[in-house]
Parts: sequence; C-alpha cells; structure tokens
Amino acid sequence: MDLLTLPEARSSWESVTFPGAVNSKFTSALTFEHPSTYPAIPTYRCTSPDGHIIDASVTPPPDALALSMYENMLSVSIMDIIMFDAQRQGRLSFYMTSQGEEGTCVGSASALEKEDVVFSQYREAGVFVQRGFTLENFMSQLFANRKDVGRGRNMPVHYGSRELNIHTISSPLATQIPQAAGAAYALKMQRLQNPELPPRVVACYFGEGAASEGDFHAALNIAATRSCPVIFICRNNGYAISTPTLEQYRGDGIASRGTGYGIDTIRVDGNDIWAVREATLKARALALKDGGRPVLIEAMSYRISHHSTSDDSFAYRARVEVEDWKRRDNPITRLRKYLENKNLWNDEKEAAARSRIRKEVLKAFGEAEKELKPPLRAMFEDVYEEMTPEIRGQMAELKEILDAYPAEYDVGEFEGGKESLVK
Amino acid sequence: MRGIHKLCTRGISSKNPRSISIISKIQTSRLYSTLPPNARLNIPTDFSTTPLLAHSSQSALQNSELPPEVRNGTTKRMNLFQSINDALSLALAADDSVLLFGEDVAFGGVFRCSMNLAENYGSDRVFNTPLSEQGIVGFAIGAAAEGMKAMAEIQFADYVYPAFDQLVNEAAKFRYRDGSEGRHVGGLTVRMPCGGVGHGALYHSQSPESLFTHIPGLRVIMPRSPIQAKGLLLSAIACNDPCVFMEPKALYRAAVEQVPTAAYTLPLSKAEILKEGKDLTIVSYGHPLYTCSSAIEKAEKDFGISIELIDLRTVYPWDKDCVLKSVQKTGRCLVVHESMVNAGIGAEVAASIQEDKETFLRLEAPVMRVAGWSVHMGLMFERFNIPDVARVYDKIKKAVEY
Repeated sequence: MDLLTLPEARSSWESVTFPGAVNSKFTSALTFEHPSTYPAIPTYRCTSPDGHIIDASVTPPPDALALSMYENMLSVSIMDIIMFDAQRQGRLSFYMTSQGEEGTCVGSASALEKEDVVFSQYREAGVFVQRGFTLENFMSQLFANRKDVGRGRNMPVHYGSRELNIHTISSPLATQIPQAAGAAYALKMQRLQNPELPPRVVACYFGEGAASEGDFHAALNIAATRSCPVIFICRNNGYAISTPTLEQYRGDGIASRGTGYGIDTIRVDGNDIWAVREATLKARALALKDGGRPVLIEAMSYRISHHSTSDDSFAYRARVEVEDWKRRDNPITRLRKYLENKNLWNDEKEAAARSRIRKEVLKAFGEAEKELKPPLRAMFEDVYEEMTPEIRGQMAELKEILDAYPAEYDVGEFEGGKESLVK
Repeated sequence: MRGIHKLCTRGISSKNPRSISIISKIQTSRLYSTLPPNARLNIPTDFSTTPLLAHSSQSALQNSELPPEVRNGTTKRMNLFQSINDALSLALAADDSVLLFGEDVAFGGVFRCSMNLAENYGSDRVFNTPLSEQGIVGFAIGAAAEGMKAMAEIQFADYVYPAFDQLVNEAAKFRYRDGSEGRHVGGLTVRMPCGGVGHGALYHSQSPESLFTHIPGLRVIMPRSPIQAKGLLLSAIACNDPCVFMEPKALYRAAVEQVPTAAYTLPLSKAEILKEGKDLTIVSYGHPLYTCSSAIEKAEKDFGISIELIDLRTVYPWDKDCVLKSVQKTGRCLVVHESMVNAGIGAEVAASIQEDKETFLRLEAPVMRVAGWSVHMGLMFERFNIPDVARVYDKIKKAVEY
C-alpha cells in the first residue's frame, strides 16, 4: 500500500496515528518538554492558618465529628510522646511517631467508609485511631503480648485489624501499593458480581521516599490500566530518614507523576485537616465513578519527629528548622484554632483532654506491659494454614532443648510456658 | 528434546495465532539435533512410548489418586499446555472469584495456556497486565488478600526475580504476620514456565525452584505430565497457601497423554512412586523424570538391578517420608534435577537422608546428585549442562558399584 492510498487519517500530517500516543499532534518545532515549562501543582488548602474555612464550597463537618477528630489527633500525639520516652527507657524495643502528620491520617480516614480497605506504611497511627483502634490494641501490639492480634510476631507499630479493614503493616516499603491496586480490583469485581454489596474503595498510604520504589510505579500503572477504585495517599513530609526530597526526586513532587500514569491527582496541605478530608471525600467519589479509577493525593507536611527511635534526626537537619515547623504550622494547632473560633474548645478543655488522654494511655501501657507474652507455639503456627510435618518436628525439637537446658531459657513470660510446644 | 517455536520467546511474541500455527507446521521436524550417530544412551525421549505418560484412556483412569467419579469418566488427549488450559478453564467456570492475569495472557498466552479463556470468561477475569512482574505479583497478593483466587502468570521463571520481594516478604509471610486476624493470600497461585528448552540460553531456561524452597510459607510445585499438571494446578488453586506453580516449558507440546476430562485434584506435598525397585532410589521432578526413566531402562538391563523412581511433584514442603522409606529399602539414592547442583533440591534431599538416623544406617553408598553444573545456561552448551541419560546412567553405575 503506498502513501497515496492510505486512508485520510493515516496520511494526516497533523495528528499522530501511532498506537502508543493517540492524542498527540505532530509539530515541526523541535522543543524538549522541560519541567520548568509546567507550573508546580498547587497545594489545596481550605482552612487558613488561624482556623477559618476559606473555601466557600466546603461544608464544615458536624461539630461532634470535628471534636472527635481533634481528640484523635491529640491521642496520637500524646501516645507518641509517652511511647517514644518508653523506648528511650528500654521498655519497648522500637517506636515511630507521627508528629506533624496527624492531620493527613485522621483527616483522610474520616472521609472513608467503614467497609473501605486500608493499606498503610507505618506512620499512620491517626488512621488507626480514627477507624476505632483502641489504646489497648495499640499497646498490645507495641508490647507484643498475648492480646496482640499479630501474635507477637511483628516489630512495634506494625499494627493491623481485620475488624477495621486495615491490612497488617509490613516493613518492606511500597510493597503495599500494588497490593492496594489488586485489592481494589477485587472489591470492584465483587461488586460487579454482586451489586448488593456496598461500593468500596481501597486507601493506600505511603511516604514520598517509598514512592521511589519500583512498586510505586508498578502500582499506579496497573491501577490505571485496570481502572481500580483506589486512593493513593502520599505523605510527603520532606524526608526519608535522612534523605531530603532534593535527593529523592527532581520532578514536582509525587503529584506530578500521577497524571503521567493517567491518574486524577491533587496536592493538599497536610496540615489542613479539612483540606485533606475534603480532598479524600472527593477522591472517594471519583474513585467509584464509571466503574472505578485510581486517584492520587499528595499531602504535604513536615516530619517533626525523628524517623524512628533508632534515628537522631539532628545529625542531618537543624534543630531550629524542626522547632520552626512545630511552632509555625501544625495540624493540631490549626484545628484547635478552628474549634476555638466556633467556641467549641478552650484552654480548660484542652488541659482536661490532655490529662484524661495521658491517663488513659498510661493505664493501657501499664496493663499491656504486665500481660503475658503469646504462647511459644505461636512461633510455629500460621506459616502455612496447617503446620507441616517439618515444622511440627522442629517444634518438638525446641521443646526437647528447653527440657534439656532449663537454665538457659526463660520461658516464664510466655503463656503456657514451654508446654505450648507439645504436639 | 523438542524446542518451542521461536515465536514463543519474550520480545518477539506474535499476537497473530495464525502465524503461530504456520510456524508450528514448519517445525514438525527437529531443528536441533543432539543425537550423535552412535549414541546408545542419549537418545531423545520418545514421548509417544514413555511409561511416564498415560497413552490410553484406560491407563489414565487407573490412577488410584483419582476419585471414583473421575475414574468412571472420560479422557481426552492433551499436551501439557492444553491440560493447563483445561484446568484454568475448569477453575474459572467453577468459581467467580478466580482471576487470571499476566503479560499477554488475554490472547492466549505466549505458550497458549490461556487460549480462549478471555473470550469465555470475560476480559474482567482474564486480562493482560502492564509489563511489570513486581506489579503482577503485588496486584495478585492484594486481590487474594481480599478474597479472590488470583492466578498470576510470570511469562518465564527467569523473570520472576523482580517479584521476589513480593513473593518472599509479602506472600509467604502474609498469614504469619496477620496472626489471629487470620487474613492470608492462600488464593494466590503464581504460574511460570521453567526449565531448559534446547535454545533458551540464560533467560529462557532457568528453574529457580530452590530459591523458593528456602522460603517458609510458599508451596512450590512442578508437574511432570498433563495429568499431573491439571490435578496439581487445581489443587494449588484450591489450596489456602500461596503456591508457586512451575511448568516445564519443554513439555508444553512434547508431553501428550490421555487426561481425565472432569475436574480433579491431586495431593500437594505428596510424592509419587512412578516405578518400584529395590536397589536404588532416584528422586527427581519435572522434565528430568523422562531422562531418569530412559536411564533406568538401560541401567536395569546392563547391571541387572531394579531402580525405584520417585517424582516429588511438590518440592516444598516436600514428602520426606516417602523418600526416606524408599531409601531405607534400597540403601542408595540419586537425586536428579535440571537446576544448578549448588544448594539445589538435591542438597536438601541428601542432607535429610543422612540426617535421618534410620536411613543413614541403611545407606550403602553416598547420596549422589546429577544436576545442572554451577554455571549459567550458555546457549551452545545446553546439552552439556542439563542432566542427560548418560550422566544419570553413569551415576547409577557409580552408586551400585560403590
């Protein structure tokens, strides 16, 4: 077939017919697209720093909800301080706080439905609190005691809850992102097969550092091509341990990548809880539209805390910078101002709430610390649905060792002692 | 060994089924002759007569592992890719929660394992994914975690490594870390073609099974024949643990037998004694079983011995009892596999044999291994790398003469 007999569209000199980019036009100007030719994606904010709602289209949430969200942020923040110190005293092995990011977590979680499925990274205690994870749940996990639903297997802060539809946290970064896409596809298929099921989305949290992993790329791409109802929520807090974002990426943050995958994207002020909530509410509706699609939210914040209890962040950033962020802009103080403007909150209430929460945390802490550890048998179970003969044999072998060398092992703190290893 | 046609290799796969059938016709004669004129041992397997395949309907249905209703049913002649296609089709038909996806599965798969499935079960349930192995397995884990039965395909086992993190750190540990919450990804099965094919070289020949057998939480399965593939694959799909299902690609077209048409499962983590014997036990799995069978035929005749042949079928968690019992009887053991000898399945089998007090005392010769050399699969050297009849025969000789 020669050029002259090609159909009109195929011989056009203006529009491209390459299958890989169907909406492209030809140009005779040789120009490279440079990031600087695009304006940086704006950061959506609906509350002013002094707590006034500035986006007229936002319907303020009910007061009771606003108050409970505020207390939830306070709870996370108070628990963080107590547990950080507890780790410093050697009373638990590890901890990670989420100071500065309470707004992103509590705000977005408040916009989700109970049945929505959550995948998280590790700095999302606010999501857990907002969905109903109790102080006892937190403490049982942190102390890996017999009430820990993870059966004492995971490091502290690797929470999970079936009842709350939050998958258990794992340490490898970004692995949950393609899983969230697959889970969202499952929810979509289940509703397609049974329209009586409620519409559900998956929310998936990760930091801006994790977004450099290959799994982030894999996930956004497959979520877009399979039209999965998933909300990707990136907590961009400026640091991945010691690595500042300048060494993490050179594009316009994480949000600018979303459109490259064909994904609806927004950047929000993570210190503005109502902006986060509003964006997540809209994202949820969008994610369920026309059979489903992914949405990306990049929530901007600042990691006020150290990365973890194993990190001293003043080794790589100035103390003054941190103090500045703590004072200048903070999701908790901003919501407090909002509540005070509405006469829902004052210094007295603040003091009472702080004192009550502190007592509750310390009580749960004390009880969890005293609890027995899970039975030793839990070490061998749940590798497979049923224990294999090999694992059974190894469990018996450990029992023999404990019997032969009783002075070498302290099994007293484990429920049932070594007897749980029988059979 | 018969080669796959060239269109079935990554990067040059055709989306046009017609061109594939044309190529198949041209390739009815062997392109890669490895048979020297005077060879007595290294004669290519004649799949039409091998005792490892059920050549008649009757022999297929005699299998005592099949339930009575299947044994009273019918059979159909199928090769390995057709029996896998049949298993996938039965699984998709039986359960709406079964999904099948991977690179190029929608048009039938580069090895034809998913032929007609997208047409019959819909593009929502059988679909192509972007070209990203970590994405495929991560996606599958998420779908399985939310109650689907996710059948993920990795186009070649050689390309599973980008998904290694997802398999090892996520799939294998999912149930364990969820504790009493009880969530798991048992609905996950990852299928992947594996093994040498005559001209696959470095990246179309690998058998990474022992990388997975080091991972508690995964079940690693490799069938040897169409009947096995169908039954074991349906078991893997039904199984509540994540399964790695490795399909010897050289057998896709070569191994043809009568396969029961009904749905049936075969037990996981259970070896099968393919042939009884009293002087030596050969433990193998997958494609080399045919090599072993040929070597056994020659060795039994030449040395006047009888050899027991065991197919592990599931390489982890494996059927140690079956192997130990056999070696206690024969006193000699040879492990044969295609992947590299170093830290391979043979190492685990040999160590377990010498570790078991009773079996150790009955050993009359060291446990020996015939496996791939500890090198990569260089294109022109494949026939010197993959265990062949001569190498198995020689080790049998050494074991009985020890």
